[in-house]
This record gives sequence, structure tokens and C-alpha cells, in this order.
Amino acid sequence: MSAQAFGARGTGSFPRGIHPAQAKHHSAAAALEVLPPPARVEIPLLQHLGAPATAAVKPRDPVAWGTVLGVASGFVSASVHSPLGGKVVRLGVTTLPNGRHVPTVAVAAEGEQVAGQALWEALYGGPWPTAGLDELTPEAIGAVVREAGLVGQGGAAFPTHVKLTPNPAKPVDTVLVNGCECEPFLTADDRLMREAPAPIVAGALLAARAAGARQVVIGVEDNKPEAVAALRAAAEGTGVVVQSVRTKYPQGGERQLVLSVVGRIVPTGGLPLDVGVVVVNVGTAAAIAAAVLRGRPLTHRVVAVTGPGVVRPANLLVPIGVSYREVLDFCGGLRPEAVRVLSGGPMMGLAVGDLATPVTKGTSGITVLTAREVRKAAETACVRCGRCGEACPLGLVPTRLALASRHRDWALARRYHIQACIECGCCAYVCPAAIPLTQLIRMGKAMLPKE
Amino acid sequence: MTMVAHPPDRVGPSAIVHVAPGPHLQDAAFTTRRMMADVLVGLAPVMAAAVAVFGWFAVMQVGICGLACLAAEYLFHTVMRRKPATLGDLSAVVTGAILGLSLPWSAPWYVGVIGSFAAIGFGKVVFGGLGMNLFNPAMVGRAFVMISFSVALGAGAFVLPDAPSVLSQATPLTVGKMTGEVTPLWPLFVGNVNGSLGETSAIACLLGGLWILVRRAGTWDAPLAIVGTVAVLSAGAQLAGIHPSLTVGHHLLGGSLLFGALFIATDPVTSPLTRSGRAVFGILIGLFVMVIRLFSGYPEGVMFAVLLANAMVPLINRWTVPTPLGGPVPGPVQKGGGA
Ligand code: SF4
Ligand code: SF4
Repeated sequence: MSAQAFGARGTGSFPRGIHPAQAKHHSAAAALEVLPPPARVEIPLLQHLGAPATAAVKPRDPVAWGTVLGVASGFVSASVHSPLGGKVVRLGVTTLPNGRHVPTVAVAAEGEQVAGQALWEALYGGPWPTAGLDELTPEAIGAVVREAGLVGQGGAAFPTHVKLTPNPAKPVDTVLVNGCECEPFLTADDRLMREAPAPIVAGALLAARAAGARQVVIGVEDNKPEAVAALRAAAEGTGVVVQSVRTKYPQGGERQLVLSVVGRIVPTGGLPLDVGVVVVNVGTAAAIAAAVLRGRPLTHRVVAVTGPGVVRPANLLVPIGVSYREVLDFCGGLRPEAVRVLSGGPMMGLAVGDLATPVTKGTSGITVLTAREVRKAAETACVRCGRCGEACPLGLVPTRLALASRHRDWALARRYHIQACIECGCCAYVCPAAIPLTQLIRMGKAMLPKE
Repeated sequence: MTMVAHPPDRVGPSAIVHVAPGPHLQDAAFTTRRMMADVLVGLAPVMAAAVAVFGWFAVMQVGICGLACLAAEYLFHTVMRRKPATLGDLSAVVTGAILGLSLPWSAPWYVGVIGSFAAIGFGKVVFGGLGMNLFNPAMVGRAFVMISFSVALGAGAFVLPDAPSVLSQATPLTVGKMTGEVTPLWPLFVGNVNGSLGETSAIACLLGGLWILVRRAGTWDAPLAIVGTVAVLSAGAQLAGIHPSLTVGHHLLGGSLLFGALFIATDPVTSPLTRSGRAVFGILIGLFVMVIRLFSGYPEGVMFAVLLANAMVPLINRWTVPTPLGGPVPGPVQKGGGA
């Protein structure tokens, strides 16, 4: 199968946004490594947006790599699978960094595991076909993606099959693969694009086949020339276009990327689907290929372990369900100066309070910050400088939204379109008065009474 | 916002790991204090020009106002309202410097002191401190002394018959308006004419203003709108034969227009929040300036124009609520509520 590129090109950028220090140097040069299989993993049954999976195993059940541990409990839900061979230890509960208490299945490893180079080869290595994919029907691809428990790996963790299921009312013409990784520090997508471009291209073509799209574009920020080159080489002759876009935060936000690459504006309250675009992360694209072409459910993912607070920054292929502590220990542990461990990057990532928390399908990185980086300036009065608005990628007036949230003035919040905020953090980053704008607005959005 | 999440032993070798909501980064280089410091740096060329023309009078006047504003801020804000000290944010110094530079060299010392206390007290603290004030504090102080000491600060105050050189001339806009005599433009530009301390040299204002814009301590929208509006209206006035001896050049370079556009209308607190709002604000200032200059008894109108436009900022903010990139939020939008 081949895709074709056609009109409606974006300019490679979007209005406003910010340029925080990229800080990719901590881990960008570290080639992907495979984490040795842990003795035990604890796999949450809810790692995605939507309904939790239903446990399909009991304690002491034997499991193999890929055995279903939990079954999707509805259309917007995702199954989970065992990354290890061994036995179910117990059904428990854990607290994810987003504060949700979720049921888990703990699996203890027994016997020999697929590990190291063999694991890498199984998931990402070897040749990946880009021709003949038309023989698979869209329905078949969608079904496999669903069974494989795929969710978006960029952070939001929306079940992938939901995006790929064609909707006659909203035809899709473009699959946009998101390789921006615009969060400071994070480098996992960068390494994956450099070291495994072929499954990304194959997965993108499969996604296009499933969604009925004719155009496939991979958008990569122009601070990753090696990734662009590797993808272009892998995409040779497939019709997949690799477009480099301006390095600017939040370029990897769906709305921003659709505008930058395709030149279409996603309506407020809508999805890229409303303008005929399906956006998938590069990690998700590779996982689509592994699921459809090799029958591998989503059991592992790449994470960047980075930041000045970690002894040996690295990019790792890890089993889902491994604890943050184990991953950090493999990287030499935390430095004494470490003050904050984040799930994800520093702009939209969540602070982790307990290192026993398991890595999930949406964990795009583990960033460890020291006191030097974390926001600490004391909040002072708003001087109404308007810089927050000049940073807001949506053109909102964050100072007003924060004020409205603080005073619970919901009419004011609505008048200034609080629901349009994507919580990207740009406003709080630039505010000279150190007002926690995003934090306040996030609270306001959560408390906003339903109309 | 930060709290200790767990005892240290649960999180790592020796670190205490905190949880706090993101974003976890902050642009530490850009603070309110730095903005104010940049305004002060921007005022330096203006101050230098004032010293060159008026000598010690300029140093005294600005020094008095700067110190008096600091004292007033400390007294009103910290002593009387028991709020944490705010002198470090430098905003009081900025107010003092702008007030000092907007006074004539000849104003007696108590004018500066009273103006400063009015600026900080009525202009800022009664509204709740920095960020809450509706009017530019320096202009409030200036208006207060203008009304209280109208003789000491009137058009005649600039002229001392026995003083040497420029200090004995009437200000260029007064001359132009009253006698129709034309002051050459070049002295207006380099700064060898009489006037308030800060308005003497256009080039010094432009230099300092450029610094403020480049450092993003102020935005360019309002200054550009002011200058553009005044240029258009003064050209129209000249064609229509209203005070024809005052050309576009005189209106732009004379009086405190550039000083006001670059240092007073750029005050973030008292200007609108959005770009379009600031453009409207600048157009209004330009309009008010020209109306006052051409049709009132005052030769100079920047101060009142800024204060009038300040009063309209809440309205302007209401008119210029931007639409989000993807269009308005769908669904019924609730009406009403406070500004
Ligand atoms: S950036 Fe901060 S100080 Fe400036 S207007 Fe926004 S909230 Fe106020
Ligand atoms: S967090 Fe919301 S208000 Fe702030 S910049 Fe991002 S979208 Fe705009």
C-alpha cells in the first residue's frame, strides 16, 4: 500500500507558544537499552481514558508473555496483557500519578523470559513490510489493534481503536503521526524514530488503511534531524511524508500539530477527527505494526529516564507495570539533589509521590528534576502584562481565567472561554509574577458547573 | 503548593521528593522585578538628556520623587496595611522616576513629595497595590499636583526670565499655540528646548523606549497606535487650519507625547490585556491628546489623555475578549457576571 500526499499544507508552525530550554542533552545521545525483566510487575487495569478493563485472571493463574490479564469493558476501554511469563500473584490496587486509585494485577516472573536483544528484535527489529498491507481489511486492523490493548502513548492514553474506527459522518483523509516530543527533557520518541523507523512507517500505513485516510504525514520537530533522516529513509517509496516542523512548545499538542502540518484548525471542543485527521504518536504507530504484523499486544514501551536528578539518564524499553523505582535503580538511582520525579515531561507531566507506582502505557518518560529547575519563585501580584496571553497557543487570556477560577466566578470563566484551555502550561511558565495560572485554570475547569 | 508527599525513606537514596501540580518549569529569567528594572534602564537616556539640559534641577527633582515614592509605598503598604514589603519589586521607583521626569525643573521640592504620596496613595494603594490600580500612579500624582499647584506648574512655570538659555523660553507647544511662532524641529528632536524634564529630548525617549520594547518590559501596540493616531489627526488639523504653525513633527516630537507613549502608556498594569485592546487604548490616547491640545486651554494633553484612557480599560477589556483559536466554546454561553 502506498499513501499519497496532497494539498492543504500547514506552515510548519502555530501561533504563540513558548521556547523553554529543551534540555534534551541529558539523554538524547543514549541509545535505547532493554531493561532486564523485573521479578514482578503490577499492571493497572485502567491505564487509559475510558472504562477500566475487567480482570480476566485469578491469583496463581499461570500467564505467558502476552496473556490477557484484563479485558476491555466497552468500546472506549482497552485490554491489558502480561509482559512477563510467570504467575498472577494477587489482584490489588494502586494510585496512579493522576491521583486515581485503580485495580491492578500483579504478576511474578517465573522461568525464562524473552529479554534483551531477543525482545527488541521481536518488537521492533527485522524487516517491516510496507507493501501488500491493502490485503488487510480496515475492520481486521481495527480488531487487532483493539485486542492488543493499544492506547495513545504520547500521554493522554486514548484507546487507539476508537480513533481508527471509521465514522461515516466524519471521513478521515489524513493520518498524522506525532513525532514532535515537544516536552523538554524527553527523548524516547526521538530514539525510537532513529532506531526503529521501519515499524513506525508500517504502523502509520496500517493506521491509514484502518481509518480510510489517503495521506500519511509524520511530523517531527526540527531539533531532531537524525530522526527525520531515519524516517525519510524508511519511508522511501511508501508515499509517507516526513515533515519537520518548528521546535516550539506545545508543537506536539494535537491541535497545534494539525495546524502546523495540515493547516486545519480543530474546532474548540472538537477533535482532529472533525477536520478529517487522525493523530497517533510514533510509539503508538510502532505498536500498531507490532500488533497487526507480529501479533504482539502492547506489553512494553520506550521511556526516557532523564533529567539532572538521575544518575545515568537513559532511554529504555521497559515492561508495562514495572515500578518507577526499579527503572530508576537501573539508571543508577536518584541523585541526592533530586526533588521531584515526574511521570512525563516538566510541562504537562505529573509529580509522582511514591516510586512503587507502576509505569503505564501512557508513561512517556520519567523526568527527575532538582531544586534548580522546579518552579519556586514566590507568587506576586499580576501586573497585567499580558505575556500569558501572548504565550497561550489558543489565544486565551489566562490571567482572567485564573482570576475567575480563584474567585469561582464561573460567568467570567465562561466569557473568557475557560473550556478551551488545553492545560499546556505555557502561561504559568512565562508569568513574571510566578502566578500558578495553569494550576488555577485546571482547578477551575474541574469545578466549572455543568450548564 | 509544595508539600512533602511521603517520608524520605520511601523515595530514594536521600532525596525528599515533593509533589506539586505542573507545569514544573518556570521562566526564571523574566520576573516583575526585571521588568521594572528594564523600565528604569529605559528611562536612563531620558534622565541623561534632562541632566544635560537642566543640570542639577533634574537630579534633584527625580531624586526627590524616587525617594518619596519609596517612602510612601513603605508607609502606606507595609506600615499601614501590614502587607509584606514590596519595595523590592522596584515599581515604586519607576513611579517616582516617571513622576519626577514629568514635572518641570522649576517645581519646588514639596511638589515632588506631595505628588509622590498622591501617586502611591491615591494611584496605587487605595486600589489594593501593584496590579490592582486602574490609573497610572505617576499620572495620578502629576494630576494631583497640577490641580493643587496650578500656578507653580502652569505654562508660565517653565519660564524663568532671569535663567540662562533654554530655561528662559516658553515650551514649544505653548509658543506655537499662543503666538503661532514656529520652533524649529531639530532642537525638539535632540533635546534643547524647555519643558518637563522628560519631554525635552525626543531621541532620548526613542532610545529608552526601544530598550523597553526590545526587553519586552512593555509592548509596542499602544505606542504605535498613539503615534499613528496623533500623526493622522495632526496632519488633518494642519490641513484644516487649526493652529497651522504646529506641524505633525511638532505634535509628535514636542510635549511629552513620546515620553507618554513609550513610558506611560506601556505601563502593563493600567493598559488592556490583549493586543487589540492595547491598540484601541493607544488610539483613544492619541485622540484625547489631540482634542486637548487643539481645543482646550492646555497646551499639553498627555497626562489627562492617559488618565481618561485608563478609566476606559475595563471597558476595552470587555470589548476585546479574544476568540479561542478553534472558535467559541460550543453550547449555550452564559451571559452576565462581573468584569
Ligand atoms: S503573565 Fe502573569 S503577570 Fe502577566 S498578565 Fe499574565 S498573569 Fe498577569
Ligand atoms: S494552560 Fe490553558 S490558558 Fe494556559 S497557555 Fe495553555 S491553553 Fe492557554
